[in-house]
Amino acid sequence: MAEPRVMDIKDQPGFRTIAIICLLVLYVPVLILMIFSFNSGSLVTHWEGVTLNWYGTAFGNEEFHAAARNTLIISVTATIVSTICATLAAIGMTRVKPWRGLAAAFMVINLPLMVPEIITAVATLSFFALIAGAFGLNFGIGNLILAHTVFCIPFAYMPIRARLEDMDLTLEYAAADLYATPWNAFRRITLPLLVPGIMSGAALAFIVSFDDFTITQLVAGPGQTTLPLYIWNQIRRPMTPEINAISTILLMVSILFVSVSFLIARRRAK
Amino acid sequence: MTTAALSSAPLSKAALFEAQAVKNSARRNRLLSLPALTIIGVFGVLPLIIICVYSFLAAAPYGGVQWQFSTDAYLNFVFQRDIFDDTLQFTPDFLIIYLRSFLFAVVTTVICLLLGFPTAYFMATRPPAQRNWWVLLITIPFWSNLLVRTLAIMFIIRDEGLINNALIGLGVIDKPITMLYTNFAIQLGLLYAFLPFMVLPLYSSLEKLDFRLIEAAYDLYATRRQVLWRVIIPLSKPGIIAGCLLVFIPALGAYVTPLILGGGIHLMIGDLIAQQFGSGRNWPLGCAQALILMAAVLVALYFYVRNTSGKVQHG
Repeated sequence: MAEPRVMDIKDQPGFRTIAIICLLVLYVPVLILMIFSFNSGSLVTHWEGVTLNWYGTAFGNEEFHAAARNTLIISVTATIVSTICATLAAIGMTRVKPWRGLAAAFMVINLPLMVPEIITAVATLSFFALIAGAFGLNFGIGNLILAHTVFCIPFAYMPIRARLEDMDLTLEYAAADLYATPWNAFRRITLPLLVPGIMSGAALAFIVSFDDFTITQLVAGPGQTTLPLYIWNQIRRPMTPEINAISTILLMVSILFVSVSFLIARRRAK
Repeated sequence: MTTAALSSAPLSKAALFEAQAVKNSARRNRLLSLPALTIIGVFGVLPLIIICVYSFLAAAPYGGVQWQFSTDAYLNFVFQRDIFDDTLQFTPDFLIIYLRSFLFAVVTTVICLLLGFPTAYFMATRPPAQRNWWVLLITIPFWSNLLVRTLAIMFIIRDEGLINNALIGLGVIDKPITMLYTNFAIQLGLLYAFLPFMVLPLYSSLEKLDFRLIEAAYDLYATRRQVLWRVIIPLSKPGIIAGCLLVFIPALGAYVTPLILGGGIHLMIGDLIAQQFGSGRNWPLGCAQALILMAAVLVALYFYVRNTSGKVQHG
């Protein structure tokens, strides 16, 4: 593996340095936050020694349990509902003759991505306040599940649609030629091939729901604290490394799901 | 696509029948998008219509609205009614916050581009195996919890944070430099939050770059600088525009970053809107402010569409 000594035409001077700086900038603050979750002192900035106690404190904390429970209820439900809806919509918008309104439907699906989160947050808050005032309707934690489902749908939709568009259509035609009913062709051919896209979409939907702060903060009622809201409540008190421990757990969940989604997508590309 | 594929084959009666069946099922398939469209329609689009209506109503004293037509929300955006003689006085407070947010968003976009472009280009020129690692490393912060990442910045720039401790330890300064709850903190937080949003679209555009064109440029005696400015950058324009938009829009409407790093002293549009629904108790004003932000976003999207439509994307 002798490096050729000629100049590589693709290189631009200084770009490597900037790339490495970017990577350091992105990771160093987060790594420091993670390291301090193992700090045996009770200050978030002075290092005293290594301990796992703050994780113990977090796991033993009743408020943390409640927040984790709420977060899981909301994000698992929102992920399931949004992934089913997104899968159906992706089929309805790719395996179909172009219909009038298809472009508009595509815009509606992607709308939650284009509207700034804070606007979605106050709009959803106003909506639930209105139906509570006018019809006495309050779905409790269902309010949050519905709000999350809305912005999860486009995230789940993207990889599923991409997978459907990459798929070899001749397989579906072959199934039809062999007298498979449309349902059988879907169940035996399209769906198995679509599974990686669905999993990748579900992973993304789960992350965005699990991590959501802005919309949850404005829409959540009393007793509907999620993990990001719990962290926010902790910031406003004197801080201990417990907050670092909880933050680290949240980051680990994100990293796990991103990596899963990434690996699935990469295998597809091969 | 369905019909094209079918009509290219010689059609027997059976095939015609089959084509009809496929068509019918294809027509039925459009109904499959109904659940998603219904959920987004009812819980996503309808709320936006509601805030349009609310922005033309009067504020109820304890939050919420009174069903009474009023343009006060929009008037209050730039004027304040004098409580003694009921005249309108020009009050630019909100305008200043909008202008400041706009500046924050522009500076964020420009610096992210200056850092993100070389990074994305460097990534795109790595061997494929290395490239995947780089993409994963940029993708992880892209999807990581923004609140936690902002918190990480807060820990570093606090008075007793890492930077101040290090500088004091080295004897550079005697007392900590105040960085938290300043405009600098917000700017830093925005850069940190949105850098991956710039790198990823740039990368996907640069990855498709045809490097034979660079070779051709060198053959024609171009310098490195000329290759960069006259070949690489023009060819990656779609990626640059997409990246700028992906940074500018969320930076303009940022909420978490100024909330934590601005400490309620230095507001951006996002906090201002949220405030009207909290302590401000002026929902119509908050709705009007949200719609004015939405208008700014639509202007940005309009420029995006105008700049990208009608041009063949490279690759």
